[in-house]
Formats: sequence, C-alpha cells, structure tokens
Amino acid sequence: MDLQIFALLAQDGITNGAVYALLALALVLVFAVTRVIWVPSGEFLAYGTLTLAGLQLGKASGIAGMLAVMAVVAALMEVAKAIRQRETRHLARSLAWWAGAPLAIAGTLHLVAPMQPPFVVQILLTLTAVTALGPLFYRIAYQPIAEASVLVLLIVSVALHFALLGLGLWFFGAEGSRTPPFTSASYEWGGIRVSGQSLLVVATSLALIVALALFFNRTLYGRALRATAVNRVGARLAGISPTFAGTLTFTLGALVCAFCGVLIGPITTVYYDSGFLVSLKGFVAAIIGGLASYPIAAAGALLVGLLEAFSSYWASAFKEVIVFTLIIPVLLWRSLTTHHHEDEE
Amino acid sequence: MKLTWSTVVLAAFLAVLVGVPILAPQFWVTLGNYIGLYSIVALGLVLLTGVAGQTSFGQAAFVGLGAYTTAYLTTRYGTSPWLTLFVGLAITALVALALGFITLRMKGHYLPLATIAWGISLSFLFGNLEFLDGHTGMTGIPSLAIGGLELRNERSIYFLIWAIALAALWGTGNLLDSRPGRAIRSLRGGFEMAESFGVDGARLKIVVFVYAALLACISGWLYAHLQRFVNPTPFSIIAGIEYLFMAVVGGAGSVWGAVVGATLITLLKQVLQDVLPQLLGRSGNFEMIVFGALLIVLLQRARDGVWPWIERLLPRAPPLPVRAAEPLPVRHYAAQDGALLEVRAARKTFGGLIAVNDISFDIRHGEILGLIGPNGAGKSTTFGLISGALPLTSGDVVFRGRSIGSRPPFEIARRGIGRTFQHVKLIPTMSVLDNVALGGYLRGRAGVLRAALRLDRREEARVRAEAARQIERVGLGAHMYDAAGSLPLGQQRIVEIARVLACDPTLLLLDEPAAGLRYLEKQELAKLLRTLKSEGMTILLVEHDMDFVMGVTDRLVVMVFGEKLAEGLPAEIQRNPAVREAYLGGV
Amino acid sequence: MTVDALLEVRDVSVRYGKVEAVHRVSLAAGEGRIVTVIGPNGAGKTTLLAAIMGLLPSHGDIRYRGESLMTLSVEERVARGLVLVPEKRELFASMTVADNLELGAFARRRDGDAATRRTLDEVYHRFPRLLERRAQLAGTLSGGERQMLALGRALMGRPKLLMLDEPSLGLAPLVVREIFSIIVGLRQAGVSILLVEQNARAALQVSDEGFVLETGDLVLSGPSAELAANPRVAATYLGQGAQ
Repeated sequence: MDLQIFALLAQDGITNGAVYALLALALVLVFAVTRVIWVPSGEFLAYGTLTLAGLQLGKASGIAGMLAVMAVVAALMEVAKAIRQRETRHLARSLAWWAGAPLAIAGTLHLVAPMQPPFVVQILLTLTAVTALGPLFYRIAYQPIAEASVLVLLIVSVALHFALLGLGLWFFGAEGSRTPPFTSASYEWGGIRVSGQSLLVVATSLALIVALALFFNRTLYGRALRATAVNRVGARLAGISPTFAGTLTFTLGALVCAFCGVLIGPITTVYYDSGFLVSLKGFVAAIIGGLASYPIAAAGALLVGLLEAFSSYWASAFKEVIVFTLIIPVLLWRSLTTHHHEDEE
Repeated sequence: MKLTWSTVVLAAFLAVLVGVPILAPQFWVTLGNYIGLYSIVALGLVLLTGVAGQTSFGQAAFVGLGAYTTAYLTTRYGTSPWLTLFVGLAITALVALALGFITLRMKGHYLPLATIAWGISLSFLFGNLEFLDGHTGMTGIPSLAIGGLELRNERSIYFLIWAIALAALWGTGNLLDSRPGRAIRSLRGGFEMAESFGVDGARLKIVVFVYAALLACISGWLYAHLQRFVNPTPFSIIAGIEYLFMAVVGGAGSVWGAVVGATLITLLKQVLQDVLPQLLGRSGNFEMIVFGALLIVLLQRARDGVWPWIERLLPRAPPLPVRAAEPLPVRHYAAQDGALLEVRAARKTFGGLIAVNDISFDIRHGEILGLIGPNGAGKSTTFGLISGALPLTSGDVVFRGRSIGSRPPFEIARRGIGRTFQHVKLIPTMSVLDNVALGGYLRGRAGVLRAALRLDRREEARVRAEAARQIERVGLGAHMYDAAGSLPLGQQRIVEIARVLACDPTLLLLDEPAAGLRYLEKQELAKLLRTLKSEGMTILLVEHDMDFVMGVTDRLVVMVFGEKLAEGLPAEIQRNPAVREAYLGGV
Repeated sequence: MTVDALLEVRDVSVRYGKVEAVHRVSLAAGEGRIVTVIGPNGAGKTTLLAAIMGLLPSHGDIRYRGESLMTLSVEERVARGLVLVPEKRELFASMTVADNLELGAFARRRDGDAATRRTLDEVYHRFPRLLERRAQLAGTLSGGERQMLALGRALMGRPKLLMLDEPSLGLAPLVVREIFSIIVGLRQAGVSILLVEQNARAALQVSDEGFVLETGDLVLSGPSAELAANPRVAATYLGQGAQ
C-alpha cells in the first residue's frame, strides 16, 4: 500500500466516520433520555436521502404520503385516548399538533416539489419532513409503553424497524438513489488529494455536534433532556414530563438522522433498506461510548469508519464481519466495567 | 388416566398434527413442516428468553450452523446425515460455549445487542466463505433415510420433524418442572436470589444458552434435508429477529407459547403475502408493515403473548399433591464454644463514601445476634459483606475457621449460610411450594438431561416433601399451592424464611424480617426464631423494630455511621446513653 | 374533613400486583400547617406519598384545593404547586447545583426569568451552602448538602404543598436539627407541609397534626401533642417501650 492509497482510505474512513459519529450521537441521546435502543434510526437516514433524491426530480409523493398516513394514525390514537380517559379538554390541541402540523408539512411538500426549488431549499424541506416523522413514530410506537423495560422497548424498536422497511418500500419504491455532490472542488496538500465533498461532510458534522453540545449545555430545554437522562424520577418531580422529553428527543434524533441521510446521499447509492447497516455501525460507535458518553462515541465512530475503510481494502468480503465482530469485545468490556442495576421485572 | 379438558385439547392437537399429512393438500403439509421447524427454535428461546430472561436475536445463526454442517459434510464427503447431526451438534455446542462464555457475562441490553452483532457476523460468514459456495448456496443435499425408508417428500419428513418437535416440547416441559428448571426460572431479574440458595448463575445461564443453540441446530439440520438446498438468507439476522418474535408473540413463558407463536407467525406471513397484494392491487412488502405494526400493538396491549389468553380458557389442572418421601440428607456440624462467624475489620467504600468502617464482631454458636442502627448506618452493607452480595474493600469474614470474605454468594450458600432479603425476592407466579423447593437446590443432584428425560422423579419427590415440611414448620401450610405473589408482603417474608430453611443452613442471615408484619405476625415470627434457636440454629438479625429485636435477640451490635457504637446484652444496650442519642433520635 | 383542607385524601388504596400496600387511607392537610405521617418501615408511607404525587396508580380520591387529582399526571400536579422531596432525593447527580436548582423551576418556566431569578435568590438566602457550592456537581455533595439541594430544588417550583419523605434519613443529628428548623421556617413562609418520618419524636415535635400508618392501615390520628402523649405511640415509636 502506498501513501496515496493510504490517504484515500483514511479520507474515506474519516468521512464515513463523521456520519457514523452523528448517528452515534443521535443513538446515545435517544437511549439516554428514553431508554429506547433506536434500531430504526437507519430507516430515517434512508428516508432523508430518498426524499432529497425525489425532490431533485420534482417529486415528494413518498414522504408526503408517509407523513399523511402517520398523521392519521397518530390522530386516531389521540382520539382513542381521549375517549378512554373521558378527557377531551386537550383533544383539539393534540390533534392540531399530531395531525395538523404533519399534514401541513405534507401539503407544502406536495405544492412546492413540482416547482423544483433551489438545492438548499430542497435540503431544508427534506430535513423538515423527515424530522417531523421522529415525534410521530415516538407517539405511535413508544409513548404508550414508555415505562416498559429496555428489552421490551428494544423488541418494539426491532418491530418498528420491520414496519419502516415495508413503509420505505411502499412509499419510495425499490430503486436506489444517489444525490448530486454538494461540491466538485478538490484540494491538494503535499501530493494528497482531498475532496471538497469530504471536507464538507466532516465540517457539517462537526458544526452539528457543536450546535447540539450548545443546546444541551446552554438552554433550559437541553438541560431538561439531560436531567431526564440522568434521573427520570427526579425529572418528573421537577415537572419535566417524560412524554415531552421523549417527543423532543425523537425530534432531535430524526433531525440528526435526516442530516446523515443528506450527507451520505452523494457518497453511496441508498435503497429503502440501506439504513440498517449504516445505523448498526453507528451503534457500534455508540456502544463503544457505553450508550452514554458522546465524546467516546464520536471517537468510536471514527475508529469504525477507518476500520471499515481499511478492511474493505484488505478483505473486502469480510468487511462487515470484521466491523461487527469488533463490537463483541467492546460490549464485553462495557458490561464488565459499567455498574449495572439489574432490571427488576 | 382421567379424561380432563387438558387431555381433550392435547388429543385434538395431536389429531390435527397427524391428520395434516394424511388428509390435507400439499400446501398445508409444507406449512406444517415449517411450523414444526420454527417451533423447535422458538422452544429454545422460550427457555432462554422467556424463562431465563436472556434475549437473543441470534438463534438463526445456530440454525445455519446445523444446516451448513450437514450440507457440507453430506455433499462433499458423502457422510451419513445421522452422523452429521452429531457433528453439527458438537460444532454448535462449541460455538455456543465460546459465544456464551463471552456474551452471557453482559448484562441488561448489552446481551441482545451482542447477539445482533454475532448474528450478523455469522450470517455474513456463511455468505462469504468460498467453501460454502457463498451467496449462491449449496445444492444436492441428500434426503434423510430411516432404515430403508427414504424421507424424500414433504409428507414423509413431516413425521420426523414433528416427532422431534414433540420430543423437544416434552423434554423442555419436563425440564421446567424440575430442580434445574426452577433454578433457571430464578435467574430472571438477576442472580441475587438464585445465588442465595447456591445456584451458580453464570454457569447455569451458559447451560441454557447451549441448550437453546442445540435445539436451533437440530432445526437447521432438518431444514437442510427438507429443502436439500441451503443459502445464507434463512439464517440472516432478519430470521433471528423472527424467531424471537415467535417466542414473544406466542408467549415466552410457556413451552406451548413456542408452538402457538411459530404457528401464528407462519400463517400470518403466508396470509399477508397472499392476501395483501390482491387487496391493495400492487406488490410490496406490505406484510412487513402489518407484521411490524401487529407486533407493536401486541407489545403495547398484551406483553405476555397469546398463550396466556388461551390458557385462561382452559380449565386449570389441580396442583400435584406432595407425597411422603424419604427425607433429604441433613448437614452435620458439631457446635462448639466461641465464634461461628467472625467479622474482622470489614470495610466497604463506595467511591469516596465509607459505608462500613473497619467493623469487627463475632456471631457465636447457637445465638441470635441482632445488628441494629439508624437508617443509613451501614447495617445492610455489613449484611451484604457477610452474605457475599458485596465484595469487601478490606478486612475479612471467617466462617467456621475458613475465610469467606469476598467469595461469590453461591459459594457462601454452599458452606451453609442462608439469607433472606430486605426487599422480598420470590418468583411471584410460582407456587409457594415451588418457591420453597428452590431452597432445596443444593440438596439435590438432578441435571438438565435427567430432568428433561424425567429420570429425576424420586429425588424431586424428596425435595418437594422437604419443601412442604418447611412450609408447615413456618405455619403457611394453608397457602402451599397459592402463587407466592398473591400473599401479603408479611407472609412473603415468611415464605423466604421457609425457603432458606430448605437450604439446611448452619447460620441464618435475616434482613429486616419483621418489616411489614402485623403485630401478631411479629409474635409468630419471634416464636419461630426462638424455636429455630432451640434446635441449634445460629441467627444474625438485621432489624429496625426495637421491640422485636429486644424480645428475641441474645446480644446486640449497634452501628452508627458505618462504625460499631456498642455491643452487648439487650438490656445493656437499652441503657446505653450514646445508643439512645444516636438511634432513637431527638431534635 | 375541614373545609379549608388544601389536600384531601379519601379512601385511597394502592396495590402492587395482588398485594395492597396502602389500604383505604383518608387524611387531610390544612393550609399553612405541618402534617406528619409516622409509622414503621414497610407501613406504606412512601407509597402513600407516591400515590398523592401520581407516581403510582391508586384507587379512591385525592383532592387538592377541591380539584380531583386522579386524572392528572405528575407534571400537572407539580404545575399546581404540589411538590415532593423523595426519600432518595433523586437529584441530577452529574449536573451542577445551579443546574439542579434551575430545573426545579421547569414547571414555572412560563412565569419568566425574573421570577425564577427571585426564587433562586430566596433559595440561596435560605441555604447559603448551596450558593457556595453552586458550580459543584450534585453527586459530589455530602448527605446533608444533598438534602438541602433536594429541598432547594423543590422550593424552586414554588410549592403550595411540600411533601417531604424522610428528610432526616441518614443525616447526622446536628444536620437533622438544621433540616427540621428549616421545615419550621418554611411553614412560616406560607408553605404547607406533609411530612413522612421515621424519626417520630422530631416529626411530632414540629408538626400540628399526625397520622399513624401501620401495614397499610391508618391506625391513629390527632393533634401531634396528643399523639406524642399516647402510650401506644410512645411505646412503639418513641423508643420508651421496654421501660
């Protein structure tokens, strides 16, 4: 291997690692606040890429349809809950929130998409639409059993992953998509070529990580989420509702995944089912951080990206085997070193 | 045998099983074959996940090991399929032991994540190893033959599949109703309880894991000879997830849940694949959507799966009566003067906090020693240091002249120290009798194989008789067959005492046994403790209730802020001004 | 029941599975008073508080200022001025003292920053130690400081009725004294208090009324001075039994 190839592989590894780092961040956040191991995060990522690719062609029927269907499901659940509790005071507000808002976003997409707006607008539309799916799926799948054990929540996650795969195929079709690169510039330093695209991905990831760090440390809502993660009972006693925290967390999580989808779009062809493997690599990183530490998870993501890049060079057939086998010693080390309260069921 | 509803239902089930291959069209035979194959795997998950509480998404990989082993050996070397079954079982056992040794140490959600990881890794391996023909798969696997009879078609292999499935069902059912089975049930929700009566939790967990893997391997072996072709797809992580779904949907708490789950999911998938595209007029993975959605609804509404619903419709079988049996052997020890147990400068720190600060005291043969002190004084921590629940930071605990400091709780239990818990730990769904029988774990020998083959009945009768004797002894004879969780808290504490008595201990450690008891119940308990003492038992009592402590103990040790404040006879302690100030409080 | 009761608990039962931990308990807490519930370990005191707070489902009726709380969530109860300091304190251990206090005002966030600021000043005034430690992580505080922080965080929610579960638990006698004098001070500041204590003597000294809970049943109630003089209470809870 010469320096050129090494640099190329390293660049690939770091670019992918940056995306995995973002994903790992979302996974750590979601787990810390809601105890949900968010297996279907990969589908949100895929939806991000596929939505943007659709908008390139002036189409938004896939994502708009999905938003509309989920809005109706959430609205029905709210109505059912109001009837069950004989409590209709908040019904209008919750319907506006759970059905009105997503339907409005779907309508906007439907109207704006054929006009083929500029690329930046397309990206913003994509982020908005996919982000809106986050709280919707939280409401539908997780909120009714928010107090269940981590294992039950994990099985729900896996079931939701199944459902989202099917929904992805239904609304986006089986064809893969790739979005155009954000930039075709490239730079050369000391004989090593660095693509502008890679720089942009890394820079955007870093910017988003910094923004999230500021949110968690400087704002009341950010601190409220941290408080929920640290001590759920304490947070409730301070008046922070778990539903509120869960909804906000899944909104942020979906936003980060949508971002990843947009970033990864120009790098690989994304199919409706491509998200799973990507998100699992995010998981490897998140688990390296013990599903708790953001910096270690980010470092882990970089490690996963590099390991993947180099193993694809030496043993491409066993790339995935190597990455996923790495997780086992990490998991072992994690479970032996973290103090764990046994789940009382 | 008397004709009961259960036998009628069982007979109907068997009639359907036999009827399908004789009367039904090919399509149903095929479905029946798959249901049988899936049931075998799901059965392992019932034991592993539903009973022992260890979630695995990776069972499909073990199915793959069984299938690929026989595919490779029969096609490349012409080995007899009956031989490859045992080769496959051996390979699977080795892989499961290795994986179990590493991954079963993981707690909580780390274990299922690890099973996803190795599930993916193994299925990628099947697809990428050239000698297994990669993603194209291996063809030309011979069909099975019994004697001269070749099981060439689906109807003929059907009988073999279901014979094995029923045998697995019978064996696993037997296992659950036995000494190792009770111990496996007690693993759920942590080792603490299981280890208190001598179960080596880590070892038992691996045994269960290997058992489930072997069942999966057998299913894979059958699959290979049914299809006579293997490729990596049916052993992917998606399949692993489906197996877990089967167990969860069916009801992972019962062996029948595996069959119900396998049947429901197989039929559901078939229906969804056939019906939905016609209904919706286009093809797509609708079955995945409905499948996922149904599961989410099920978990939101009925977390225990379908079987408990069916079970409620069936009449309950009366509990098995306890028969007279030869008593279990009793531990012999010679009481001597002096200390039975010595706590020597025991110290425990949590981070910077010193919970127990170099405390020393003795428990003498045949006495009831009370350990008292205000909340947060370190009594429970000291208790944990003696029982092995917590490792010592420094110092030692010596029992009958041998150091037991920082030994695992199950070893301490084996030396003859029994304990109860401050927060009662019973298996609420199991009867009082079965819960107390758990305490007799160390006095039995029966292992998994003997239990599964029902060769453990004599010993089982002795353990049950002993449990019944202890229940009568503590005065709960009227509740012997009630579910432990249905008793009031106070009586649950007494069940714990009966369970620990069934261990035949030399030293009894009781953690706040009087908490939550009514006045009369406390008097009963005091009487019981005095009786035990008169029979030669030594008891350490951690307690909050002063009246109770003063009434039953011979000596007291008072702790405050992790240190020993005083030690002496109850009357002396009561007069001690320092104790009054610290313990009784005052503004 | 008195008309001016701030909190009324009527026939409340709480079950864990098949076991009833609290059995048809009724009690009332008047405006501006300190009411205490005493009883041995495992009597259901903490369970009762958890039910009033909405942390556990219960049967019967719980009314606060005449409004039934039964359909309200924990957060809605907090927003109405019902605040619990639990036995385990439940602090945000990896966050600073200042963050903990700020989050205590989360339910009052719509009152604006100025109001929060004012409450914070009051809390720091009452607990000067917390001001000294404001940048320190809550998990590194001593036992007494943790209890002060738990009280301070509760006060940030501007409670009308403050429920304290074993505030003296695990504290040195001197600190216990300090905590109880703070409780008396809070009542003077207009906060009504429902106090659950094992340190029955101290609890009966500072409170106006007392209730005795045993194995889930309310067995005695009355003015605290009368309860303290009751021979059965004295024998069981005041440590004078064997004399």
